[in-house]
Amino acid sequence: MEHPDIIIPVVPASGGCSASACGASARQMGGLPEAVRRKVEEHPCYSEQAHHYFARMHAAVAPACNIQCNYCNRKYDCANESRPGVVSEVLTPEQAVQRTLAVGAAIPQMSVLGIAGPGDPLANRERTFATFRLLAEKAPDIKLCVSTNGLALPECVDELSQHAIEHVTITINCVDPDIGAKIYPWIFWQHRRVRGRAAAEILIAQQQKGLEMLVARGILVKVNSVLIPGVNDGHLEEVSRIVKAKGAFLHNVMPLIAAPEHGTFYGLTGQRGPTAAELKAVQDACAGDMTMMRHCRQCRADAVGLLGEDRGAEFTLEKVAAMEIDHEAALARRLAFREQVRAELEAKRTQAATQVIALHRPPRKPLGRPVLMAVATKGNGIINEHFGYAREFLVYEASEAGVRLIGHRKTEKYCGGSETCGDGESRIDRIVRTLEGCEAVLCARIGIEPWSRLEAAGIRPDTEHAMEAIEAAVAAVWRAMLEKGELADAATERQRA
Amino acid sequence: MALRIVDTCVNCCACEPLCPSRAIRAAKPHFLIDASACGECLGDYADPQCASICPIEGAIVNALNEPLNPLGSLTHLPPELWAAMRPASGTP
Repeated sequence: MEHPDIIIPVVPASGGCSASACGASARQMGGLPEAVRRKVEEHPCYSEQAHHYFARMHAAVAPACNIQCNYCNRKYDCANESRPGVVSEVLTPEQAVQRTLAVGAAIPQMSVLGIAGPGDPLANRERTFATFRLLAEKAPDIKLCVSTNGLALPECVDELSQHAIEHVTITINCVDPDIGAKIYPWIFWQHRRVRGRAAAEILIAQQQKGLEMLVARGILVKVNSVLIPGVNDGHLEEVSRIVKAKGAFLHNVMPLIAAPEHGTFYGLTGQRGPTAAELKAVQDACAGDMTMMRHCRQCRADAVGLLGEDRGAEFTLEKVAAMEIDHEAALARRLAFREQVRAELEAKRTQAATQVIALHRPPRKPLGRPVLMAVATKGNGIINEHFGYAREFLVYEASEAGVRLIGHRKTEKYCGGSETCGDGESRIDRIVRTLEGCEAVLCARIGIEPWSRLEAAGIRPDTEHAMEAIEAAVAAVWRAMLEKGELADAATERQRA
Repeated sequence: MALRIVDTCVNCCACEPLCPSRAIRAAKPHFLIDASACGECLGDYADPQCASICPIEGAIVNALNEPLNPLGSLTHLPPELWAAMRPASGTP
């Protein structure tokens, strides 16, 4: 199972909002050459700004894998789960292209086709590259990318270049074989199953070599790392430093997803995933070294749509076969949509440039402490989702320095299956627990019952900024808290929290 | 002498392209090995290729019905957890 986009990870703190070209965005994007920025500006998995506007889909054409990870179970047919490595049906390259074209016709935001599994794309070279070849003939505007464990990467780099692949994601969980031995029980290498430390050593060497070769060819490399508490949590900072030094442009630290019902080694042996605070701590530690991705949703290997949504069920093979598609009209709609987004962002950049000047005035109030706020959004960088309908919340940190996206919290469990999977916790209880650490929730609307439950938990519901741009609204709420004196004494406040 | 794929196979396709005898084919409900073509990789490789990449314990057996990858051998899970990791579509 590979992580698209996880999979999948950059930048402007929030697209679609008036501050999208300053604050964290600019900081995170800082140092990226203009050519790189242009390559990622329409890729939702690589650009935080793009993820508010553009949609991606994953083609599940790659069922075979050449390694075993302890967070993966090769049974991958659960329709109720949303996590990497899980798909409902494996497609042939022809079926995958047909489905991609159908999605591209129905969703003009569609800009990227990724292959991320359910196994490893490069352990299924023929199927993966056949998919790219067929799609490039019919929809040359759609960007192609792959997410790989890296074992077969060095021998595939030439072919990736030939297919004009601009982005590759490598999942690198460690650079130390002793740690690797706790994550990978075996690999298939040169016609043998290799186990333990020896396996990890080979895998790590191949990943690093592949990374260097891609960078040398000018292909953008994002590195995904799964944060496994007690295994590699203290190690990822070193991973970040090394992959950055070798030229990876983005590092995406993702939380381990492990539950007994997944049937994975970690799930069954009680290995826990990180808390939101632990994840943020590691992401912050790594961020000192390089651009971090905070908007990754750890999609299914057959996900369709904007990040955080999955419209895959609308595009089953049966439904796709029944669709009549005008490919030229579809292409024209996609290009028109991109043009519209470009113009919109350009206008916002100009507006933001004006705001930056205002920020340089000396602050009238003393420094306030940073505050986490949750936001319910359906996309376009706007607070436009009803609290009760939100399947996830984006979490922003507001401080004197600006507003930045630091992650997302899902309200649904990764498995949305039968009630028997549940533990009896009510939905609102779960959401309140999910939002731990946040002091406000900004949404379009909210019911009275959840309103009072949130207030009782010390989280302030806010609908005053409905339909406003996220960053500007978060900044406004923070300033209001500051003016009321709620953020004055950082030390006391922290103790209270 | 031939290997056999049993019903715990998850159809991941990994074995099919590796077979030096081209004895493996996709089938419903799972991949199959042509017994007349399979030579267990003798003379080609040190280890049978299908069983060396197969991620599912017990899915490939020899003529004596013995699994080439016994339970616990790939995942290193303790015996009391073996039942939990079996694919739902596998043997009851």
